[in-house]
Amino acid sequence: MKPVIEVENLVKKFGDFVANDSLSFSVFPGEIFGFLGANGAGKTTAIKILCGLSAPTSGKASVAGFDVYRQSEQIKKNIGYMSQKFSLYEDLTINENFQFYGGIYGLSRKVIRERTAALLSRLQFLDAKNEVLRNIPQGWKQKLAFSVAVMHQPKVVFLDEPTGGVDPITRRQFWELIYEQANQGTTIFVTTHYMDEAEYCGRVSIMVDGRIEALDTPEQLKKQFAVSSMNDVFVKLARAPK
Amino acid sequence: MRTVIFILQKEFRQIFRDKTMLPIIFIVPIVQLLILSYTATFEIKNTRLVVVDQDHSQGSRELVFHFESSSFFKIVARQQNYEQAAEWLKNGDADQLIVIGTDFGKAIETNQPTKVLLVTDAINGSAASLMSAYAQQVIQGFNKNILAKRVPFKTNKGNLTAEPLFWFNPKLDYITYMVPGILVLLVTIIGFFLSGMNIVKEKELGTIEQINVTPIKKWQFITGKLLPFWLIALFELVFGLGIAKVVFNIPFLGSFPLLLGVAAVYLLVVLAMGLLVSTITDTMQQSMFISWFFLVIFILMSGLFTPIESMPDWAQWFNKINPIAYFITINRMIMLKGSGFSDFAGLFYALAGYAALMLVLAVNRYKKVV
Repeated sequence: MKPVIEVENLVKKFGDFVANDSLSFSVFPGEIFGFLGANGAGKTTAIKILCGLSAPTSGKASVAGFDVYRQSEQIKKNIGYMSQKFSLYEDLTINENFQFYGGIYGLSRKVIRERTAALLSRLQFLDAKNEVLRNIPQGWKQKLAFSVAVMHQPKVVFLDEPTGGVDPITRRQFWELIYEQANQGTTIFVTTHYMDEAEYCGRVSIMVDGRIEALDTPEQLKKQFAVSSMNDVFVKLARAPK
Repeated sequence: MRTVIFILQKEFRQIFRDKTMLPIIFIVPIVQLLILSYTATFEIKNTRLVVVDQDHSQGSRELVFHFESSSFFKIVARQQNYEQAAEWLKNGDADQLIVIGTDFGKAIETNQPTKVLLVTDAINGSAASLMSAYAQQVIQGFNKNILAKRVPFKTNKGNLTAEPLFWFNPKLDYITYMVPGILVLLVTIIGFFLSGMNIVKEKELGTIEQINVTPIKKWQFITGKLLPFWLIALFELVFGLGIAKVVFNIPFLGSFPLLLGVAAVYLLVVLAMGLLVSTITDTMQQSMFISWFFLVIFILMSGLFTPIESMPDWAQWFNKINPIAYFITINRMIMLKGSGFSDFAGLFYALAGYAALMLVLAVNRYKKVV
C-alpha cells in the first residue's frame, strides 16, 4: 500500500535551534497514527510543515501525494486540520460554521446541507444546529470542530491535541468518532498528551528533543521497553539520558 | 467567486450579529456630524472686552460705543487703570483690553494722530489675531466716522475701498465648509478601524490558523474581508450626506455619482491601509494604537481644520501621501464648487495609484503561513 504521508530526513531549524531533527516516517491510508512527545519536542512544528503552513529547512515530505515545498495549496485541499486552539467561529451558529467551511472547500450548497445533516445526526446534535457556538459546552465544540475538519472528506486529518481540556467521557466519545472516520478510510494523524489515548492508536511515534526516538505499535513499544503501559514507555523515553 | 460569496456571507453575519456594530454604523455619523459641525468653528463671537477709559471725553465715549454696538464684542468691565484691567486678562475673565489714554479726546478734536493700547490674550494664536483684526476694524469704522464729521466733502473722494465678494460660500458659513470634511473623516474612521481590526481579530481568536490550512486563495480572502467594509463605508457616506442635506441644508452643487465614484476609490486606499495594519500586528490592541497613530496625523494635517496652504513646506509635501487630504479637497470641490472630473483629474489619478499600491502591499503582506 502506498503511504499517504511520506517524510524523509525532514529538518526544520529556527536560527540555531533545531525543532525537527531529521524526521523519517510513513503513514498509510486509514491508519490512526499517534504523534507523541513532551511539550516543546517539536510535534506542532512538524504538523505545520505537513499542513503546508510552514516550509521545511531541508529533507523530503509529501502529503496525499503532493510535495510540501511546491504543492502546499493542493495539500490543503486534501487534508483536514483541527488545532489545539479551538477555531470555529464562536459568534456563528453551528450551521453557519459548517456552511462557511464547506463553502471554502468548494462544496455546493446542496452537498453542504446534506453533509451537515449527516455529521450532526452522527453526533445526535441535529436539533442544536441553529445554536450560536459560544453557548455550547467545550466537549461538544471539539466534536463539532472535528466534524467540520472532515466535512470535505479529506484523505488525512491532522488533530493537534484535539482532546485538551475535555472530560473523560467526552474523550471516549471523541475517540469513537476518530475510529469511525478511520474505518471510512480517512487517515488520522493525532497528537496527544493522554497516554490512554496513545493505546488507541494503530502506531505511535514518540519525539524527544526534535527527534523520533521510537516508532511502532503500542504493543511492540511496551514489549521493547519491557513495561506494561504506554505511560511508562513515554516516561522512560522522555527521561532517558542523551 | 463562489468562495468569495461564502466569505462575504460569513463576514456580514458576524458584523451584524455584533451588538455594538449597528450603533457604530448609525449613531456615530449622526453624532459626529451634529456635534463637530457646530463646534469646530473658528468664528469668534462675544469677545470679552475690558475698557480702560482714562479720558472720559466725548471722543473716547464714542469709540467705546462703537465696540458696544459690535456683535463681536461684549464689554465685561470698565476699569480706571491698566493694572486692574490686566487682572481680568490674567484670570481668564476677559479676552481683550482696550486702554484709552488721557489726551485721546483732545487729539481727536484737534485732528492730531493718537493711539490706543489693545491687549489680547494670545494663548490661542489664531483666535488672538482674529480678535485683534476685529478690534482694528471697529477702530477703523470709528476713524471713518470722525473724518466724515470733520471734513464732510473730502472723504468720499480718492478713497480706495475694496468690495469683497465671497464665492462658493457667500455667507462664510463655517458649517458649509466643515461638513464635507467631516463626512470624509466619518468614512475614513469607520473604514480604517473596521478593516484594521478584522484580520487581527481572527489572529487573536486563532481562527486564522484554520483559514490558513484551507485551499482559500489570498485574493479571495482579502476581497471577502474588504468588500463588506467598503459597502458599509459607502453607505455611511450616503447616510451622512442625507443628514447634511436635511439638518444643515448643505449645498450639493456637483454630481452625486461622481462623488460616490471618488469615494469608492478613496475607500480602497483606507481599507487597504487598515488591512496592512491588521496583517503586521498580532493583537487588536496593537492594531488600535497603530491605526490611531496614523489617523491622528492624517486628520490633523489633512486641511480639515487648518488650510494646507499655510502649513510649512515639509507638511505640504507630507500631504502628498495623506489620503484624507486628497479626498477632503475633492469632496469640497464637488459639493461646494460643483467641480467636474476634469477639475481634479490629477488628484483622482494620484488617489487611484495610491489605492493600487496599498492593495498590492496588503495582499503581499498577508501570508498563509505561520
